[in-house]
Amino acid sequence: MKRKDFLKKAIPAAMVPFFINGISIKSMASTPMLEAIKRASLKNGRVFVLIQLNGGNDGLNTIIPIDQYSNLSAARSNILVQQSKVLAMTGTNATGMHPAMTGLRNMYDSGKVSIVQSVGYPNPNFSHFRATDIWHSASDSNQYVGSGWAGRYLEDLYTGFPTGYPNTNDPDPLAISIGYAVSTALMGPTVSTGVAISNPTSFYQLVNGTVDPAPNTPAGHELTYVRLVLQQTQSYNDTVKAAAQAVTNKATYPTNNSLGDQLKIVANLIAGGLQTPIYTVSLGGFDTHSAQVTSSGSTDTGNHADLWKKVSDAIAAFQSDCEQLGIADRVAGMTYSEFGRRIKSNASLGTDHGAAAPVIVFGKNVNPGIIGNNPTIPSSVTVNDNVPMQYDFRQVYASVLEDWFQASVSKIDSDLLLKHFDTLAIFKSTLDVKKVKNGNNITLMQNYPNPFKDFTNIEFVSPGGHVELRLFDSQGRLLKTLINGTVPRGNYTEVLDGSNLPAGNYYYQLVTTNGQVGRHLVKM
Amino acid sequence: MQRREFLTKTVADKIPVKDPVLELQNQKLPDHLDLGTASIAPFTGTWGRAQAIHLLRRTLFGFTKADVDFFAAMNMSDAVDYIMNVPVNPPLPPVNGYNTAQLSDPNISAGSTWVNGPDDNQFTSQRRNSLYAWWMQQILNPDRNIREKMTMFWHNHFATEVETVGSPIIAYNHHKLLRENCLGNFKTFVKNVTIDPAMLVYLNGNVNTKTAPDENHARELMELFTLGKGADSQYTEDDVKNAAKVLTGWRINNSTYTAFFNGNNHETSNKTFSAFFNNTTITGQTGANGALETDDLLNMIFSKDDVVARYIVRKLYRYFVYYVIDSTIETNIIIPLADDFKANWDIKQLVTALLKSQHFFDTNNMGCNIKNPIEVISTCSKVFSIQYPTGPVEDQYQAWYAMFTLGAYAGMAIGNPPNVSGWPAYYQSPQYTESWLNSDTLPKRIFITVALMAVGYQYKAGKKLQADVIAFAQQFSNPEDPTKLIQDTIDLLLPLDLSSTSKATLKQSTLLFGQSADHYWTTAWNDYIAAPTDATKKGTVTTGLQLMLKYLLDLAENQLS
Repeated sequence: MKRKDFLKKAIPAAMVPFFINGISIKSMASTPMLEAIKRASLKNGRVFVLIQLNGGNDGLNTIIPIDQYSNLSAARSNILVQQSKVLAMTGTNATGMHPAMTGLRNMYDSGKVSIVQSVGYPNPNFSHFRATDIWHSASDSNQYVGSGWAGRYLEDLYTGFPTGYPNTNDPDPLAISIGYAVSTALMGPTVSTGVAISNPTSFYQLVNGTVDPAPNTPAGHELTYVRLVLQQTQSYNDTVKAAAQAVTNKATYPTNNSLGDQLKIVANLIAGGLQTPIYTVSLGGFDTHSAQVTSSGSTDTGNHADLWKKVSDAIAAFQSDCEQLGIADRVAGMTYSEFGRRIKSNASLGTDHGAAAPVIVFGKNVNPGIIGNNPTIPSSVTVNDNVPMQYDFRQVYASVLEDWFQASVSKIDSDLLLKHFDTLAIFKSTLDVKKVKNGNNITLMQNYPNPFKDFTNIEFVSPGGHVELRLFDSQGRLLKTLINGTVPRGNYTEVLDGSNLPAGNYYYQLVTTNGQVGRHLVKM
Repeated sequence: MQRREFLTKTVADKIPVKDPVLELQNQKLPDHLDLGTASIAPFTGTWGRAQAIHLLRRTLFGFTKADVDFFAAMNMSDAVDYIMNVPVNPPLPPVNGYNTAQLSDPNISAGSTWVNGPDDNQFTSQRRNSLYAWWMQQILNPDRNIREKMTMFWHNHFATEVETVGSPIIAYNHHKLLRENCLGNFKTFVKNVTIDPAMLVYLNGNVNTKTAPDENHARELMELFTLGKGADSQYTEDDVKNAAKVLTGWRINNSTYTAFFNGNNHETSNKTFSAFFNNTTITGQTGANGALETDDLLNMIFSKDDVVARYIVRKLYRYFVYYVIDSTIETNIIIPLADDFKANWDIKQLVTALLKSQHFFDTNNMGCNIKNPIEVISTCSKVFSIQYPTGPVEDQYQAWYAMFTLGAYAGMAIGNPPNVSGWPAYYQSPQYTESWLNSDTLPKRIFITVALMAVGYQYKAGKKLQADVIAFAQQFSNPEDPTKLIQDTIDLLLPLDLSSTSKATLKQSTLLFGQSADHYWTTAWNDYIAAPTDATKKGTVTTGLQLMLKYLLDLAENQLS
């Protein structure tokens, strides 16, 4: 029996022994020491790096669905990378990478990259600011949550933060944002769990003055905030500087690459001994409404190519650095963006705000490969059509929290992601991953007739257990949940009454305990 | 209950609940605080130095003791009217202050303006830097009106990035437009900005074409410039697409740096909007008449006058008062101001009403704004009367440019906000202005102010910008009295007074050089006055003053406005 399962079933009586890393601890009551040991076991030394690509990345121009090429050409000929220039990836003829991504492609070929296709959420928002809030707070599209998903995880893990921190057991920042600003993903339920560092060796020491009581007014409220920041600045100064000076980077990072500069600091601080589990870095410029490519004749160069060369080169250097510094076993990271871009390009050699897009997870311990199918591009694409989601972004977070950081499932469901999300097979099963899922094992038939007028049949195979069958419009808005409940193993046919739907492209999706799969349908 | 939760709960129960840090309910707004008298009726309380200082903190980029004396001698209404009286003529344009021994502009002589064109690729970055330096000059000058504070508000609201806009001339024209309209008619302002070449470039409006419209401009026009994204703003994605079609056809003439309308690029079909806009149809027009659809679009947006007016009033309220808007503030301040605003869209009338209100001068609204980085730098420059070179022009521009770079270093590169929504301090809930500060930017602010005060900031070889701390002390009536000197300094620098214990500690460890009797300072000061050229005597008082000022600049209180 695995420890987590055991804990779930254990009766919380006063004298029951339980195990931490194989050592039996007699639990009489919670003591500070016990609490410290428990936390030490929860902190498994793993580090996760969140790489935010600000602006909305064009996923179709990043992880390219080669098998959709003719339909893609029809939809975005002025920006589509020539098929002959797409980088081939080991083990698949159907999917390739943008030609600028040689670093990441080589990492993929050597088994260090997991790509999750078409990550999004129901009813996508197309505002940069709101969509970023949704990604960072891990909320539903219509839900407003003030804290960030990583901040909630850290505040839960570091009991009582910020009171009494730093201390002997936890001398280091809970999370570090490289740059001038702390990512909103790190906002905890009470305070931000992150500190911002742009240059770790010139982190400042400030003078601690006499502190007057803050008045109970708005000014007093803000004064207390400033004092807290002052206090944090001072508290972490020494440990961060010491870590920065303890080791030097071993890999050569690309020059004129701000993401590379940031990741270089991250590698330095991890190898230098900081116990900080989460880092955030970012690169802007992905809002490619225009001039995404140089010209319709040179679609493999231009702004998007430059951006992905930076991302790809920076991650490759970081991975190499981690390996040479001996920390690669416990470091992983992912790229994400607030949304993807529209399937159809515009006339200014760019793309407008869109919906789902791939997430790239990297590291020595990821399960290499592609999770999910290539997005299906309809033969006739309108300006309204978007890449529909195959996976919810919170499934990626659930995998990071449960499989990488080994947080408790009930805690993830109740407090961290605010509801249950199935994990994906992003990390290697040797990492205490309980379920291995393969999206391709689920059977969802093409509906018939298709295109249809009023009614159409959707056939699927239930593996037994909880099943959801959902219908989305071409912009990814959830229109209808056709089935939501426990369905015994077997073959089923669901009749969709589409008589009220306007004509157009739609998407249906089957979610089972084994994963999920989706297909397009067309209403006449 | 499972074991881990059980353990967490028992431990959590033992943590002392009352902790000043945990009172920072940043996950929700601090709406348990008393936000003061919620009335827009004119302020009738006593007008004194504290009220004058509050007005100056919020409407100017810094002030001196002389400024406080000037406004404190008026009454409230006259003081606000004086502040709101912006010169009709815009400031003279930026000039060539960028010639070097290696490279001189062959077409624009030193001291002459480059804004009349044409652009010169060889000098693009020099001219952008000239624009930034010129802007800092406007911020740092001793004018006693609200123009630069309003310009900064609109720069954040109609955000563009000079580096993205490209042409320094188009960028300058945009900033000229902001100054000209900063207290004008809001609806006219939105029209001007919508077809302003800088905004057209920044939001791809200049490549928005009927064959495949680019939606960037249309979306931000609604989401950021007029309607906002609040619960009352229910425009749809189709509305964005249709607005994009309305706006197709605007182009830029690269020799005149002006916008024009090209009907050949315009989508001429009818555009029908959602129920939010009462299913309005904007009739498609051909040829030059296509441009008239832009007016139809703005008329339709402004027909949602409550939504537009409240969105703008809330944003101005957060800029000038405090970021928390609870239901009382919404009902008693925002809505009444918005109701007046929507009648004529007069920005000056709106801001004047806000600044003259009971609510604005309520003591609970004093000192609760966290300064933005430019305010930190400019208030420091002004309160210490830092002197800028009066010539040559290259030195002047280098000095102003140096101050611009300090702002960028602390997280606010004016001219280049992070994106089209401006700086997070003015929109990112729940933190708002708190988001300026973190463990990276706060030490930098303190480093900058202490450097300007004590050691000077070298903007070119051998030339420094530095406070004259002795002149600072001499402006007060009794600088030889250490207790009074400290109180006068705190009143001018900090929005919150310190406790008598703190002031006593401060006095003893700085002006009294660790001693306990006041005469140590009094003697040192009088000795210096008797022999002002004596380097030792001057050094003694300078050290005492610098220590005192460093202590005050290091305090959290100095970040508040």
